[in-house]
Amino acid sequence: MKLHEHQAKQLFVQLGIPIPRGQVARNAAEAAGAYETLKARCGSPAAFACNVKAQLHAGGRGKAGGILVARSAQEAVAHAQGLLGRRLVTHQTGPEGLPVSAVLLDERIDVAMEWYLALTIDRFHARPLLLASREGGVDIEALAATRPDAILRIPVDVIDGPQDDTLLRIAETLGCSAAQEAACRQIIRATWALATSSDASLVEINPLVITRDERLLALDAKVTLDDNALFRHPDLAALRDESQEQPLELRAGRIGISYVGLGGTIGCLVNGAGLAMATNDIITLCGGSPANFLDVGGGANVEQVTNAFAILLADPRVKAILINIFGGIMRCDWIAQGLLNATRQVEVNVPMVVRLQGTNVEEGRRLLAEAKRLNLISVDELEAAAQKVVELTK
Amino acid sequence: MAYSLQPTAYSHAGVPMSILVNRNTRVIVQGITGQAGAFHTEKMLEYHKASVVGGVTPGKGGSTVHGLPVFHSVREAVAATGANATVIFVPARFAFEAIVEAIEARLALIVVITEGIPTWDMVRVRRRLTGTPIRLIGPNCPGLITPDACKVGIMPGYIHRPGSIGVLSRSGTLTYDAVYQLTQAGLGQSTCVGIGGDPVLGSSFVDLLTLLEADGQTEAVVLIGEIGGTEEEEAAAFIKARMTKPVFAFIAGKLAPKEKRMGHAGAIVAGGRGTAAEKIAALREAGVTIIESPAAIGQTVKAALVKPGVLRS
Repeated sequence: MKLHEHQAKQLFVQLGIPIPRGQVARNAAEAAGAYETLKARCGSPAAFACNVKAQLHAGGRGKAGGILVARSAQEAVAHAQGLLGRRLVTHQTGPEGLPVSAVLLDERIDVAMEWYLALTIDRFHARPLLLASREGGVDIEALAATRPDAILRIPVDVIDGPQDDTLLRIAETLGCSAAQEAACRQIIRATWALATSSDASLVEINPLVITRDERLLALDAKVTLDDNALFRHPDLAALRDESQEQPLELRAGRIGISYVGLGGTIGCLVNGAGLAMATNDIITLCGGSPANFLDVGGGANVEQVTNAFAILLADPRVKAILINIFGGIMRCDWIAQGLLNATRQVEVNVPMVVRLQGTNVEEGRRLLAEAKRLNLISVDELEAAAQKVVELTK
Repeated sequence: MAYSLQPTAYSHAGVPMSILVNRNTRVIVQGITGQAGAFHTEKMLEYHKASVVGGVTPGKGGSTVHGLPVFHSVREAVAATGANATVIFVPARFAFEAIVEAIEARLALIVVITEGIPTWDMVRVRRRLTGTPIRLIGPNCPGLITPDACKVGIMPGYIHRPGSIGVLSRSGTLTYDAVYQLTQAGLGQSTCVGIGGDPVLGSSFVDLLTLLEADGQTEAVVLIGEIGGTEEEEAAAFIKARMTKPVFAFIAGKLAPKEKRMGHAGAIVAGGRGTAAEKIAALREAGVTIIESPAAIGQTVKAALVKPGVLRS
């Protein structure tokens, strides 16, 4: 689960990571008040300018016109009106973009240097990993690809946390002055504390800046939480912004179905994530384009299958459906019955190709054949089933 | 207290046969009184009655499930039954404690079926496993099976046949489909291991390839991978440097868009890394035969191996 910049910054404040002064506005009216409040917090200088930053679950906002400067309350309102409710397209969002659900008004900082600091988990070695670079404020993926040596990576022991030698090494790599070192160490420790206490899979400060008056600040904040751990963080789970999720994916997730839209014309209904990905793959190999990835899960009962159909068919691009089920514990005859019942409850006006394999498969296929449904075609073998469904969409 | 020993099976000629589970494996079921635990206990007993010797549910000690004794704790269960393995069906929020209990009881093999365990919990589990000889499989996995000998998990037993193909996979039903194809092609399996769909796992492909390379019964390996992480790339490096036996791989998820979780918690192309294309390239470079279509797994392996001199059987 991703957090917005302003939400991540709130967590930073709680853990003692310094951030620029800022105010959130969720509508244009709030933007005027936010500007005034921020101005007051910053000592009410005569000419006060602040950043107006679009809040969405993607980076690349600057280049997409999602970060603007406001020099008056009126300008703040105008910028907020221009950004809020609109879909911003950045190089990270895909062509449909993401809706801007709030704006963050941040004080403008006189930056001397920009660094990069992050904590993530090295999956293969099962170790927390601290990442640091002197080259902050840039696309870290691009940097990792072109100049990986520019990024220091230090594994951290999950029980002991970052030790003195690690803190020192990072401070040296970043080029901290004596004045900055203590603050740098404290920020690293606080990043660790945040990650471990919130079950974050990523905490990223890009850029971590040194101001002209030698203070360290997190100019941007990115926190991604482990979905599997949200059950033990109800306060953090409440920060979910559903507007940032694709509606069908959201709807599916609520009922325990994994669904990802892929933009093609062949709807897929499969039991098992690996098999679902493989089903998408074979459709492509046969010259078709999958509309979605869908894992109906282990309990492919009538209700779940009905729900899955409803979600599939809510995508207007779907011209045909491929159902690929390997029945293990779930017997094929039960699955066949479930399919027949479900497709009575949900009107399916596109052709369906069903490929069943596994326990009691002969019974399952017989049930489908006896039902004599015109738009439900049973094909025994997976490649033939994929070819058939592709043929139906041409 | 000593660690329980990994049971080993040998052929008449003294050759080690299969990996990790065999006719000498004695399993307890943690979470045996839950719906999934009880159901799959029965299935495991049906497959090989002597494999499952008891279960654990705190507070339900003294009861029985499918004729097996239930104990309050893993320690009690091991003391009473001589178990050397455990399979865990405990819900995600209690799984960490259940795993730690098994580690502290020094069981040689811990198989975690549970899906949804927090990643940081698994990081802590791995830390605890360091320095022990314990082999943990999973989490979020179907388990492992040595055909006709021992099933520790939820896979349908009947699709398997004993033979010489080792199968390693990050999936569930895709593995069953692949195994079914191999069986239909006349290629039986030595041991099939589902390593799990989560980002942090107890055992890697490399860990298990090491065992399969040393296993007298295994003559070739089928590896089923997917997007996300670096399991396949690490496997490729190991295969290139250390494996003599042929490896065949199918990698799922060529179409996966970036930053989207494709069902499995570990199936995500994050930070631009972990694509199917990268994994296929690494494996190919290591001499692995890449199977392009999930429907062609059985026939590809058969065509490559069922020639004079390649397979013993």
